[in-house]
Amino acid sequence: MNLPAQLSYAVGYGLVGKAALWRQRRKDERAILARMRQPSGQLLAPPLLSSARMKELMSRHYLQARYATGVRKVAWVTSGAPVEILQALGFLLIYPENHAALCGARRKAVDMCVEAEHAGYSRDLCSYARTDIGTVISGKAPITRIPKPDLLLCCTNICQTVLYWYRVLAHHFKVPLIVIDTPFLFEEAQAHQIDFVKQQLEEAIPVAEQVAGRTLSFPTLKDVVHAGKRASELWLEVLNRAQHRPAPITAFDGFTNMGPIVDLRGEPETIRFYETLLAEVDRRIETGVGAVANERMRVLWDNLPIWYRMGWLSGLLAQRGVSIVASDYTYAWGELAPMMDPDRPIESAARVYLHPILNRSTGNKLHSMRRMAKDFQCDGVILHSDRSCKPYSLGQIAQRDWLANEVGVPAFLLEADHSDSRAFSEEQAGNRLEAFIELMEARG
Amino acid sequence: MSPQRIAAIGVDAGSTTCKVVAVTPTGAIAAWRLERGLPRIEEQTAALVDDLLAECPDASVDVRIVATGYGRKLVGRAERSVTEITCHARGVFQSTGHGGTLLDVGGQDSKVIQIGHDGRVLDFAMNDKCAAGTGRFLEHTAARLDVPLDELGPRSCAAPSEQAISSTCTVFAESEIISLIAHGVPLDGILRGLHRSLVSRLVAMVRTLGVRPPVMLSGGVARNTAVRALLEQDLGIAVEVPPHPQLMGAFVAALLALHTSGSDLDSMHGATRTPGFQILK
Repeated sequence: MNLPAQLSYAVGYGLVGKAALWRQRRKDERAILARMRQPSGQLLAPPLLSSARMKELMSRHYLQARYATGVRKVAWVTSGAPVEILQALGFLLIYPENHAALCGARRKAVDMCVEAEHAGYSRDLCSYARTDIGTVISGKAPITRIPKPDLLLCCTNICQTVLYWYRVLAHHFKVPLIVIDTPFLFEEAQAHQIDFVKQQLEEAIPVAEQVAGRTLSFPTLKDVVHAGKRASELWLEVLNRAQHRPAPITAFDGFTNMGPIVDLRGEPETIRFYETLLAEVDRRIETGVGAVANERMRVLWDNLPIWYRMGWLSGLLAQRGVSIVASDYTYAWGELAPMMDPDRPIESAARVYLHPILNRSTGNKLHSMRRMAKDFQCDGVILHSDRSCKPYSLGQIAQRDWLANEVGVPAFLLEADHSDSRAFSEEQAGNRLEAFIELMEARG
Repeated sequence: MSPQRIAAIGVDAGSTTCKVVAVTPTGAIAAWRLERGLPRIEEQTAALVDDLLAECPDASVDVRIVATGYGRKLVGRAERSVTEITCHARGVFQSTGHGGTLLDVGGQDSKVIQIGHDGRVLDFAMNDKCAAGTGRFLEHTAARLDVPLDELGPRSCAAPSEQAISSTCTVFAESEIISLIAHGVPLDGILRGLHRSLVSRLVAMVRTLGVRPPVMLSGGVARNTAVRALLEQDLGIAVEVPPHPQLMGAFVAALLALHTSGSDLDSMHGATRTPGFQILK
């Protein structure tokens, strides 16, 4: 028992921090309500009231992390990792990718990337990896202090970069690394592939138990899976509401509000948050409020967002009446919900974590995009060619051609990077986007 | 020649040159200006517009102006702006009367634009992150070799041999060329190789969208005869160059100012074909 750490946690997080964040939320809510009362005429609807709650939840998570050392066991995990086992064992989960995205959105990522580059890491490496490695080796806290991990969990279902990235972390922190290797799926998962992943999860349990210093409780694991499934279902419902015309939310709302489904999946509070968000989105539908005031064209977004230019991009598009109504990226955290089975937590986790979009063939992604373009009645598709995310960007030229020529939906490649703003040129991107909008306008 | 009445003006503030075209009420070019682009776009375009208006005393001071090109948002007197992709597509359609595949090679951008039978843009692709496939590539190396820009095309066409330039990067190509000259390789053969290098990038971009005949070439680089000849060789198809390819963007911007109101680009569809590049002066 580390008493000073316990005390610091109880005061800094439990007593002072949570109350301060609650007050901040009330203040944010009042500001949003004031904007809602202003006369209309804006290009974009006021922010969702729920976004204040989202900010509180995520800030609380990072605040808790700041005081966690010596109080709670900490695991750093990849964004597609089977985290339910760790949650049931009481680990506090840190998602370096989410932290890197926050750094990107707050324009702090490049400084951290440069730290990694100065240490010899190639600029061709993913900017999330560089941001994280740069943060670790420099010891800086660009946004908030992240606690050191006691355990690392890396799942290869999103890319192969994580394999090497987490080896760097394991070497640096000298802590155990669990690797869950998910075979790439060209078709549906075969029984032997599910068994292969299931076996790895079973082997991971004693390693995680040893670090946690406790035994896994299967009833707790069942509850965590149940909560994660419910939150994922709600998330999918929220996103699907954008099928309405005008769309009550855009993909930008999705990008902003996806934090809890990624970082806090399996927590009861996450379910309550998405219930509230869904109710608010439904109110927008009832009252005919569109996220883009004058929605004339609807677009599907492929790949990660450009975190450091979200405001610029949403403003440019809204000015021309373009609403990005869906994104296959945000959808990825909802579409696998039906596969989750609280009664068979390990086996269903093996199945779920084999099926993320990035662990499946480019043909599967193409069919998903085609289905989404139809379901969300899209007039065009923007494919963000993300210099950092090779697996997501692979095949985009063929996908673009197929969408444009075979499906008949105008499609456009936008070159950028999710976090490294040095790979983005606003002038060039804006020019191409405007030309694409003119192309869609001319089709009527 | 008697001064023509100016009904509208188009401004194409490109990355390298600034073009201003004034059209008559029937859509024919009454006057035009072309200058190397200056950093102060707003001041330069305002001066060029004033210059045109002064030349045509019949013009109204509140003549409608539409802007295109990279600096289009900085043309203070323009009532609206349209991208050069739409402008070049419409311009080619207006002057040729048909669609097809347009290759627009400007100072810093190369674009492949597929144009439908009604003049609408069907699809497009642009160079990204590298200026090697653009006019800047030729301009830069011509300046380094002290060859006037206008001589580049004819000398390349007449070259008896062709020296392969392996680098596709403008900066690295320069050092490669210096090395070749040092080794006594004839300059004209190097120039031809340089053009081939540029054309190979353009052809690759055309092929990503697919060739939809006929193929047309616009932008400042269209004035270079070697680019057109090598494109025809590599694509295996005739390449049409509309008259005054460099003025295309500004011309269509002027026509848009003449024919349309608000943001309604579509009203240009089905509009009677204008006399186009029948320059009246």
